[in-house]
Amino acid sequence: MTNPIPNPILSQFLAELLSGRLKLVDLTQTLTPEFPIIQLPPEFGQPWPFRIEEISRYDERGPAWYWNNFSMSEHTGTHFDAPIHWVSGKDLPDNAVDSLPIEHCIAAACVIDVSQEAAANPDFLLTIEHVKAWEDKHGSIPERSWVLLRTDWSKRTTPKEYLNMAADGAHSPGPDAEVVPWLIRERKVHGFGTESIGTDAGQAHHLNPPYPCHYYMHGNSRYGLQCLTNLDQLPAQGAVIFAAPLKIRNGSGSPLRVLALTPAQ
Amino acid sequence: MTEPLAKPKKKNPVQRTRLATLPPGPRSRAALGLTRAAAEGVFELQVCADCNAVQYPPREVCGSCLSERLDWKPVDNHGELIATTTLRHSNDLYFRERLPWRVGTVKMNAGPSVVAHVHEDCSEPGEGDVRVRLALKLDRSGQAVLHALPEKDTPNMNDSPQLRESTCDPEFRRVLVTDGKSAVGMGVAKAMLEAGASTVFLCDSSTWKTVPAFDALVASDERIQAVELDVTDTDSVDRLAASIGGKVDILVNTAAHMRDGGIVGRKDINLARDAMEVNVLGLMRLAQAFGPGMSFRAADGTNNAVAWVNVLSIHAFAALPERGAWSASIAAALSASQTLRAELRGAGVRVMNVFPGPIDEEWEQLTPPPKLAPSAVAKAIVKGLQEGLEDVYVGDIAEELRARLRENRKAVERELGDSVGN
Repeated sequence: MTNPIPNPILSQFLAELLSGRLKLVDLTQTLTPEFPIIQLPPEFGQPWPFRIEEISRYDERGPAWYWNNFSMSEHTGTHFDAPIHWVSGKDLPDNAVDSLPIEHCIAAACVIDVSQEAAANPDFLLTIEHVKAWEDKHGSIPERSWVLLRTDWSKRTTPKEYLNMAADGAHSPGPDAEVVPWLIRERKVHGFGTESIGTDAGQAHHLNPPYPCHYYMHGNSRYGLQCLTNLDQLPAQGAVIFAAPLKIRNGSGSPLRVLALTPAQ
Repeated sequence: MTEPLAKPKKKNPVQRTRLATLPPGPRSRAALGLTRAAAEGVFELQVCADCNAVQYPPREVCGSCLSERLDWKPVDNHGELIATTTLRHSNDLYFRERLPWRVGTVKMNAGPSVVAHVHEDCSEPGEGDVRVRLALKLDRSGQAVLHALPEKDTPNMNDSPQLRESTCDPEFRRVLVTDGKSAVGMGVAKAMLEAGASTVFLCDSSTWKTVPAFDALVASDERIQAVELDVTDTDSVDRLAASIGGKVDILVNTAAHMRDGGIVGRKDINLARDAMEVNVLGLMRLAQAFGPGMSFRAADGTNNAVAWVNVLSIHAFAALPERGAWSASIAAALSASQTLRAELRGAGVRVMNVFPGPIDEEWEQLTPPPKLAPSAVAKAIVKGLQEGLEDVYVGDIAEELRARLRENRKAVERELGDSVGN
């Protein structure tokens, strides 16, 4: 066996992490049976919520070990959307969670804080103007960056507040139909991430096209992250996201642990 | 006259909870014909097809002509009370705890003389009207016994302690309704309150969803407590049982999942699994979480745990191929409920299965009338509990299908299948 030569970048990375100069932020919601799932009209197929059954807990079913079975959909809890999730991305190459390029699991992130706007208006839609104003302040969005929409939606802890359903459906913020293709074309973003149940707004079925974030992002081999949390702990620019979905054959997405690396303040 | 039931006092928390004792349970196979009749709330005895003699007690051959052709048939349940006695001593643990106990002999108009539990409002022979009506009812062992009741209803007669041993009246009892946002669940809550339930725990499985009728119902009566419960989530069921499991005297499982679609015709195991999760595994989760506590409290005073109600469907007995996966789940639920009944019977808690025909609710939109109003199903549940039944068939469709199943199961199978086979 050859003695590996230490890589100075990786060594420095670990040293920075262990010294606390770099910190890890967990952007993942805990998987619980109570965590809400997207609500579709009941005549459509429905995703399974997270469910868990104990196999054994140091008892007659297994005296020295504790473990569980769990079930959920590919789109339950904090989860990743692959291009194959949407019809617009169905024929693209490497469009499923098992085939997407593994290096795509690491990318920079820009965090656009619209928490005040979302608090004032749950139907808040992000526009090109909002993004340009953000860029004036924080610099332009680099290529191959996640755009993460900070709405503080993750602080809505009950399913009722989080889904925010009314007689005309869910009310939660998201991007409008112009900003998504603009981000792809003009900024070559990696994907779009939100704190709410989907990357699109609650009322996005009324936009043109319906669900523009899904339609354009996945139709252009871009990704989605939703049900994120702790975005308020990230800088506007400078964080690196590690988001690797489970390797499900032909999977359309998956629950995952999303970690952000960020310089300590 | 029977004393009206007094509202039970709060339980003394340092007093030991008495465990349930049961009346003698063994019966001959022939006598289980009485149990079948009592479970359904009908009065039937064996009648000889050759000499028309009405038989009691049940037997293998006619007591008059030795014919083996004894058919269970409805018979006149009236008669005269000819003798009574009040037991003041018993070596049987069950009766020992319930003395004094009045029994007597009734000469039936139909012929036989029978020994029956005698209601306190029946006059002593020689002191008043001796006419009585007999009722076949299940005792706490789940076996049939005869009750002699006054010929006409008397005030508060259902409050008589002896009769209450055979019934599961919701009065002053605390009821858990497992899906309070369904039409049937809301109907059951209202019917239970009307029947005098002291508390209705009304379960909400979708707190994110605003259902104005649910909110209005919860606000309408302070006896209703809205609680969270999702029967597909074991932890949710366990949490609720841990918090109120010791206060549930009657559990009504209204949680239901119904979707259209056959088995070959709708290739989607997700739907079948969703139905199984709610209709079968949900029932099992509830049983595992609430069954032990209810069993333990089966003798816990006036508001003891008495009954478990499953709202199933007449299609538990015969699949409706248009809803193939759902039918399979309801049949499985019936099977699970039979095991639950066997397990709870030893504790003296009754399992009542309710078999309605189609109900007038959202997922039955395209089902042609007649459809049952949810309130009619709820009323049938309350009546079934008040009478102490085990099997309740609700509505004309259910009754008709049941009669046709007795006549020719195969014909029912073919006819129900016609809608998808052609």
